[in-house]
Amino acid sequence: MLKVLFFASLRERLGVGEESIPVPAMATVAGLLNILRQRGEDWADALAEGKRWRVAVNQDMAQADTALKAGDEVAIFPPVTGG
Amino acid sequence: MKVRVQAEDFDISREIAALRTGNAGIGAIASFIGLVRDMNDGTGVSTMTLEHYPGMTEKALADIVSQAEARWELLGCTVIHRVGELKPADQIVLVVVASAHRLHAFQACEFIMDYLKTQAPFWKKELTAVGERWVDSRESDDAAARRWWEQKKAQQ
Repeated sequence: MLKVLFFASLRERLGVGEESIPVPAMATVAGLLNILRQRGEDWADALAEGKRWRVAVNQDMAQADTALKAGDEVAIFPPVTGG
Repeated sequence: MKVRVQAEDFDISREIAALRTGNAGIGAIASFIGLVRDMNDGTGVSTMTLEHYPGMTEKALADIVSQAEARWELLGCTVIHRVGELKPADQIVLVVVASAHRLHAFQACEFIMDYLKTQAPFWKKELTAVGERWVDSRESDDAAARRWWEQKKAQQ
């Protein structure tokens, strides 16, 4: 399983902060996003290509082709606005 | 290097004293404090809530400071970022950098803030008279961070 986290506006919009998701057959960040987008219109829209969200795997910034394995922590969030 | 994420306020005098005590080789200290403004994009702000990604936040801040240490000759660095509910005029973030000479301290302080604004997982939500809104990231912040990367590339 993957531990998947959502933050800030994405967490509010999708109504979930943390959940467990089986490692997708296509075991990359892109594969996980494809599965999440199939959950419905809201998910497809919030995570659409070209939308400004970021992904971190095990607390390091990741790319679409970053590989995923069981036990990984994947976080999806909007561009950061601290400071 | 000292990196802290906390709900409590901080005291710059105390942090500078802690940083410089026992090191007479320090000839320059540069600092930055970020504050909550009462106005953003023309609307009054009554409360600002800072959300973060516990674990990754500390890691990202430590990584940013490490990059600064690799780039400039630093004799100490403290970064404190607050989270939770803040009010206008409250302090949000503190960066203090110590070095032998001012150029390194000034540049490293600016670098750390520019990278923090684009790399550290914090998100601001404002409460205004017309409701809540998440603060949008700014292209100008991305550009500020990018220029350090371009400068480094030009030196190689």
